[in-house]
Amino acid sequence: MDVTDNPQPDDSAPGSPSMMIRLEGFEGPLDLLLHLIRSEEIDIWNIPIAHVTEQYLSYLHLMQDLNINLAGEWLVMAATLIYIKSRMLLPPDSPQENAQEEEEDPRKELVYQLLEHQKFRNAAQMLYTREEVENAVWNSPPQDILDHSKEVVAVSLFDLLQAFHEVVRRFEAMAGLEVDQEEVTIEQKLTEIRRLLLVHDSLVFSQLFEQIASKRHLIVTFLALLELVRLCEVSLRQRKPFEEIHIARRTSAGGAD
Amino acid sequence: MEIEELQPILEAIIYAADDPVRPEQLKEVFPDESYDKIETALQKLVEEFNGRSGGMWIREIAGGFRMTTRPEHHEHVRAYLKTKPGAKLSMAALETLAVIAYKQPVTLAEILAIRGKKSTTALHTLLEKKLVVIMGRKQVVGRPILYGTSKEFLVHFGLKDLTELPTLEEFAQMAGEIS
Repeated sequence: MDVTDNPQPDDSAPGSPSMMIRLEGFEGPLDLLLHLIRSEEIDIWNIPIAHVTEQYLSYLHLMQDLNINLAGEWLVMAATLIYIKSRMLLPPDSPQENAQEEEEDPRKELVYQLLEHQKFRNAAQMLYTREEVENAVWNSPPQDILDHSKEVVAVSLFDLLQAFHEVVRRFEAMAGLEVDQEEVTIEQKLTEIRRLLLVHDSLVFSQLFEQIASKRHLIVTFLALLELVRLCEVSLRQRKPFEEIHIARRTSAGGAD
Repeated sequence: MEIEELQPILEAIIYAADDPVRPEQLKEVFPDESYDKIETALQKLVEEFNGRSGGMWIREIAGGFRMTTRPEHHEHVRAYLKTKPGAKLSMAALETLAVIAYKQPVTLAEILAIRGKKSTTALHTLLEKKLVVIMGRKQVVGRPILYGTSKEFLVHFGLKDLTELPTLEEFAQMAGEIS
């Protein structure tokens, strides 16, 4: 560990990549302490607190030099270490408390905290491994098959033409309403339907034509719909034959899981 | 219905199902069959299906049965699907999740005490991914929110139930070895 062995970490070039990588591993102060204990082969039940505090503080300085934003908990731990160190230097307060005090090692609480933390780090490692295994596994069947299993029948071109025929017939029944509208292109209609499908989960076929007041516009809308079917952007379904046709956006081909 | 007849039907259902299939759900499909018979058929199915050591296997996940590919084939499957491994959770998120999994129901303050650092961002990620859910509020001052793991957690990590996780004591032994 070149960093820990180096008594003057200030000498190392600030922001050097190797330093950054090493520091990234330290999620919090407890991780740094565990690292110090492990790398110096310290007995966790007998931590040389003066030495560890010194190491800890030199890392803190290093991080400051590297302009790493130190969250409050790093300083809290520094204060805790210094407090433990000072308590170990002081003689017990009074002879009465002596018996109890002697058994109560000031480091004890920190050690339990470290061990507890290490437990959960190991548990996190276990979860990591499990996640990796699950990432290497695929379920069947792919989402697409499930979509087809819904209670719907696919719509044939004949159904579609018949539905359009209905629309035209209804339109002609309202004859005389025809007004010359501005020209609508298939491209414009395509964009409009795509936009509608972004807002709504599905559209009802007949409703798509409801507000339209010219036969030409009707045909353009119908052609745009056919184009979307051809491009596999929409799927057309009906619950039963001869019922309303629903237009839905096709979910993009699903990948793994 | 004989168990031999039941078995292939269960296999088909498990294949077609979106979520792990629980025995109770199968009982709904076969109201005339006894629970015992369904369980026996399931057991036989899993034994035989997994015994042939093919590319698929049936596993117990989140209290149900699910058919998946075997992990050892992942390289070739991935090469065919042309997919990259999905985004994994960060170490901070995994640690937070470990604390929640073992200490649930648990508050944010309790997570902080164990991890020794703030875990708000990690917790948000976990809530977003629905691996963690709100279990209620602790009946103390401030009534802090209690967090726990979801069914999605079991599915994500391929666990049958929470008892399948190694005990904390096992990790404590590992932790003791660092000294």
